[in-house]
Amino acid sequence: MAKREMICIVCPVGCHLSVDEETLEVTGNRCPRGAKYGKKELTNPTRMLTSTVKTNATLQRRVSIKTSDEIPKGKIFEIMDELNSIDAQVPVKSGDILLKNVCDTGVDIVATTSLDR
Amino acid sequence: MMYDIIIIGGGAAGLSAAKEAYDPDLNILIIEREAKLGGILKQCIHNGFGIHKFNLELTGPEFAEKTADGIADLDIEVMLETTVTDIIQFKTFDLTVMNEAHGEFHLEAKSVIIATGCYEKTRSQILLPGDRPAGIMTAGSAQRYLNIDGYMVGKKVFILGSGDIGLIMARRMTLEGADVLGVAELMPYSNGLTRNIAQCLDDYDIPLYLSHTITNIVGKERLEQIVIQEVDPHFQPIAGTEKTFDVDTLLLSVGLVPDIQMFESLKFAVSPVTKGAIVDQHLQTSVDGLFACGNALHVHDLVDWVAEESERAGRYAKMYVQGTLDTHRQEDVIPGDNVRYVLPHRYDFDSADDSVKFALRSTLKAAKGTFKITQGETLIMHKKARHIAPAEMEHIVVPKEKMVSNAPITISLEVT
Repeated sequence: MAKREMICIVCPVGCHLSVDEETLEVTGNRCPRGAKYGKKELTNPTRMLTSTVKTNATLQRRVSIKTSDEIPKGKIFEIMDELNSIDAQVPVKSGDILLKNVCDTGVDIVATTSLDR
Repeated sequence: MMYDIIIIGGGAAGLSAAKEAYDPDLNILIIEREAKLGGILKQCIHNGFGIHKFNLELTGPEFAEKTADGIADLDIEVMLETTVTDIIQFKTFDLTVMNEAHGEFHLEAKSVIIATGCYEKTRSQILLPGDRPAGIMTAGSAQRYLNIDGYMVGKKVFILGSGDIGLIMARRMTLEGADVLGVAELMPYSNGLTRNIAQCLDDYDIPLYLSHTITNIVGKERLEQIVIQEVDPHFQPIAGTEKTFDVDTLLLSVGLVPDIQMFESLKFAVSPVTKGAIVDQHLQTSVDGLFACGNALHVHDLVDWVAEESERAGRYAKMYVQGTLDTHRQEDVIPGDNVRYVLPHRYDFDSADDSVKFALRSTLKAAKGTFKITQGETLIMHKKARHIAPAEMEHIVVPKEKMVSNAPITISLEVT
């Protein structure tokens, strides 16, 4: 049976996973999150996306953001384009939703930096 | 004004140290050179921080904010946009400090915690050959330009060095529309976390050239071309393996060094391996009352460990000013076979601590191995480990009852 070898990216430990391509059984993981990741990587790979958006703040010229959940790997560049439409107005608070349901993924764009000026 | 503790640096290390140093009866001051607390985490917008400390996967700015929130309600003074230019010690520490509001002035402290982080090696420290055009900078500088200031530093990019910042920037520049042509690494293995090879390079089909280095740089005003070559086991370029890349930007991720030049006047002992202070298990340097933690002490791969170590430094600095930190005769901690360094460098058998926590790095990559802790000929403890790599720091806690005598401790790695 064919196995796919991969490095788990769920956390910085970086377990070396081996996933059975038929049964989707995962070995080499040190936690349940690794098993979930290995399975998903063969069925529907997803990623967290972090980037920055425009702002009228003066303390820094960009506000960092993240997706509120993982997004399909294939949609990363489409979402990157969509981020250009955001202009975050101060005060920005970490956790603020800056864009809802980005590119119909059901996932929001969330600020990860607080800027009051 | 006399402070009990001055913490230099308001990043993850300084903030964590402050939280644990806090006592309502102590005057504590954090000095930070930027306008916002958080240090380098502010520009590390990617996620993966805080899994060990908060059991959450946070981005850098979120980790910074959470750590800063931890001291927000405490009576700890913070001076922003303020730089320390010199420190000398008589009975207490005298700091020469500058900011726009007050110009140059002096502050006094009974104890100082060095939490100044690290800096990136530049082109001049690795002796890169060729022309000296614009477009060559450290990966961290490019990260700051992009994530804080909003400038793209180039369109066609090559990266030298596979440290984590280099890998993270390979992905980041790709996402922002740059063409990242490759990453070259001198060593036969990557210096970054394995997950970053997977999610930053493999995900975007960016080639990693192991055992390669740059042997020429071409460009008059702006960088135009670089040449890489494979190296032999003695790191000498192999003729005939040249590859040429047309690029406008070269990012360097070739190593980090504790940023402690400003403390030169104090003349504390520095490790030639870590380039940070030599410390005992209380993270106290060879100068009484001077503590060091975080990347200013030794370069960490995870901020979680920076925070944890710095909390200890804060706790011991507090004990020092309260007069409850007892230090006796100290013995050496020696890195044995296959171990590059161990911290602390010295330990105190008679101290009141229940255990000593060691942080160490191997010299080689190994699938499996056993760390052996010995005193003289006696094996006092061992710890099995998997996927050992120089890029991934190991921690070993040795309980006091395991120590057989007041003798040096050696930690070595046996590859199995």
